[in-house]
This record gives sequence, structure tokens and C-alpha cells, in this order.
Amino acid sequence: MNYTYEISHLLAGAMLVTSFALLYQERIAAVLNAFAVQSITLALAVAWSAWSQDRPDLFITALIALVLKGIVIPVALHRTVARLGIHREVEKVVGVGVALIVGLALTGLAQALFLKVAQGSASHAREELALALAIILLGFLMMIVRRNAVTQVVGFMSMENGLILAATGARGMPLVVEVSVAFSVLIALFVFAVFVFRIRERFDTVDIDALDRMRGDRR
Amino acid sequence: MFNWAADVVALVALLGAARALLALAGMDVGTSFGGIGSSREMMIATLAEPAMMLIVLTLAIAAGTTRLAGVADFFIAEPFAVRVSLALSLVALIIVALAENARIPVDNPVTHLELTMVHEAMILEYSGRHLALIEAASYLKLVLYLSLLICLFAPFGMAPATAGVGGWALGLLAWTAKLLGGATLLGVWEVSIAKMRVFRLPDFVGIAFVFGFLAILLAFLTRGAVG
Repeated sequence: MNYTYEISHLLAGAMLVTSFALLYQERIAAVLNAFAVQSITLALAVAWSAWSQDRPDLFITALIALVLKGIVIPVALHRTVARLGIHREVEKVVGVGVALIVGLALTGLAQALFLKVAQGSASHAREELALALAIILLGFLMMIVRRNAVTQVVGFMSMENGLILAATGARGMPLVVEVSVAFSVLIALFVFAVFVFRIRERFDTVDIDALDRMRGDRR
Repeated sequence: MFNWAADVVALVALLGAARALLALAGMDVGTSFGGIGSSREMMIATLAEPAMMLIVLTLAIAAGTTRLAGVADFFIAEPFAVRVSLALSLVALIIVALAENARIPVDNPVTHLELTMVHEAMILEYSGRHLALIEAASYLKLVLYLSLLICLFAPFGMAPATAGVGGWALGLLAWTAKLLGGATLLGVWEVSIAKMRVFRLPDFVGIAFVFGFLAILLAFLTRGAVG
């Protein structure tokens, strides 16, 4: 039994499950906690592949994921949500059932795609990549179905988690790229935060529907 | 691949038949409570049964057979298999077992509050030896589900058919101990959470379906069987 591979597969699968948890949760605070869990699982997965593939540079990636996305960003978002006064709000999405079924379909799509595309390559890398693609697509889906600006930010961050997972599974993202991606995400967070506050100032809500009304798209 | 006895698919079908008969018995008394109980039971079943089939098929993909004995042999031979699809199907099977056995987040078997009764509403009008039979059947079902969980996900100490009398005695002892452990865990679980509203049940049991589906997708991915 190949434990190295089984455990990395297990951690990637756990990340996929937390992606579904992100889709399933309706409370904003719970969404942020689920995102923190996903980032910590990502840190564990990256650390495990650093240890098992003997690539010490990946430990830095794991550390960045843990500190930045496991602790700093969730805490910052929690504080943002508290300042906006929406931490108790229950967000009505399109319907949990529909979102979950679409999520399952996307997961199936990612896997069918990688079974076709990566026919010749090693099955380990293929599975890792399929899971990572599924996480990215679920992040997309979350950005589509959510109507609150803060949870859309979380969807974006979880997409980025999937990207990091893909990069560590595929052997070969240089550390410089990794660091710059991490910092660009951090900067994106600041920009998002500024925008969220501006939206709130302008419309008294962070519901994205208000922007449609502003543009005159309202039917 | 299929066998004349102890096939998991047949087991699911038998449980489904038993549930249908119980729902009919609930409506047979002609009171509104029996009907409401039957309707709710069927609502839970429509969600739990597909999840159960997905779990069964995941196990069948892992073990290469739907025979319970064959599945058990596979799990004895590989006692420490860490696999995503199996972990997911464990969670899904636990949720299905809670839903099917009328345990707390889904239903409370000792309640008499009309807003929340499911199982109890169906058998409200029964008494005497009929009630005793129905209750005994539901306890037997709980033992069945616990044994299924134990044999599939904690097969330590399980005795194969060739183990001899001593081995069987040890296996029986291990099974009893694990069953008691499972019952204790169930008790702790039941006192630590509250019952859900009936309208939230589809979400809860839907988790089992999602996990079962993910498990089977991942099992296919591991085998590379699609495409």
C-alpha cells in the first residue's frame, strides 16, 4: 500500500469536501470558518508533499498558506464582517440543493476531463490535478451563486487554494511565482475590502443585486 | 460478481421493502398521524436510499464484488487502507444509518410531539404484541446498520469462515465489544445535538447523497474506469 500517495489524496479529498461545505453553508461566519479549514488542509497537503517528495521549498508554500490564508485572511474577513454588522446574516443563495448538484456535476466534469487529457501520465498526478480543478470550479460556482460581496471574496480565495494544490501536485511551480501569487492575493484582499466598504457606503448593503439596480439591469 | 445470498444490493432492496410495508401499516390505521408519519418516512427514504446505493456501489468498486462476504474478506485483507472514497462513504453511511434508524438529528424514536414525530407517528395506533414486533424490528435494524458499519470500516478481529470454533468465538467477542462501543458513541452523539426541523432534513440527508456521489466519483478516478 502506497501511504504517501494515499495520504496526499486524502488531504486533497478533504479540501474538496470543504469546498462543498463552502457551498452548503448559509451563515457568513460559518463560511469564513470553512474557508479557514480549507486553507489549513491545503497547508497540510502542501507540507505532506514537501516531506514526501523531499522538496523543502514547499514548506515555505505551506507556511504561507497556513499563516496567510488559514489565519490572517479569515480573521481579517471576520473583522470586516463584524464592522459591516452582517455577521449574523443568513444569506439566501439559489438553493443549497441546486448548488450542490451543480457542484457534483462540475466535480464529475473535472474528473472526466483529466481522465481523457492526462491518459498517459501517472495516476497520482492525474487524480491530484482532477481534484484541484474540481476545487477551482467549485470556487467559480461559489462566486456565481453567492450574492454577498464578502462570500464572493471567499469563493475567489478558495479558487486560489485549488490553484496552489494543482501547482504542488504538478511538481514545478517556482517559489518566486508562489510568493508573488500569495502576495497578489493579499493585495486583492485589500482591494476587495476597500470595495466592499465603498459598496456599503454607496448602497447601504453589500448585496450584489444593488449593483445591478445601479446599472439599470433590473428586470 | 453477484451471489445467491448476502448480496448488498438485495439487502438494500429488502430494507426498502420493509420500510414500504411499515409505511402502509402506518396508513392502514386510518388516522392522520399515521399518514403524516408515513409521508415523512418516505420523504427521508427517497433521499437516504439513493445515497445508500451509491455507498454500496463504492464498496463494490473497491472490493470488486457486491457479496457481503467478499467485501468483508477484502476489508480484512487490507485493514489499514486509507482511501478518500472509503472515508467519504463512511460519513455518508453514518448519516444514512442515523436517518434510517430514526435517530436524533433526523427523528427521535421516543418523542410524542406531533410536529417532529416520524417513526413514532406511524406506529402510534399500535399496541400489544404488534407494537412489540414493530419495535423489535426497528432495534434489529439498528443492530444491522451498526454491524454493517463495524464490519466495513472497523474489521479488526473479524473471523473468516475458516477460522474454526475458537476463532469464531473471538470474532463474536470482538463484534459484541465493537457493537457496545458503537452504541456508546451513538448515545453520546444523541445527547450532544438537537433534533432538526423536518424541513431541514433534505439538506442533512442530502449531505449523505453528496458524499456518496463524491465517493463513487473518486473511486472511479482511482481506477481510471471512465472514458
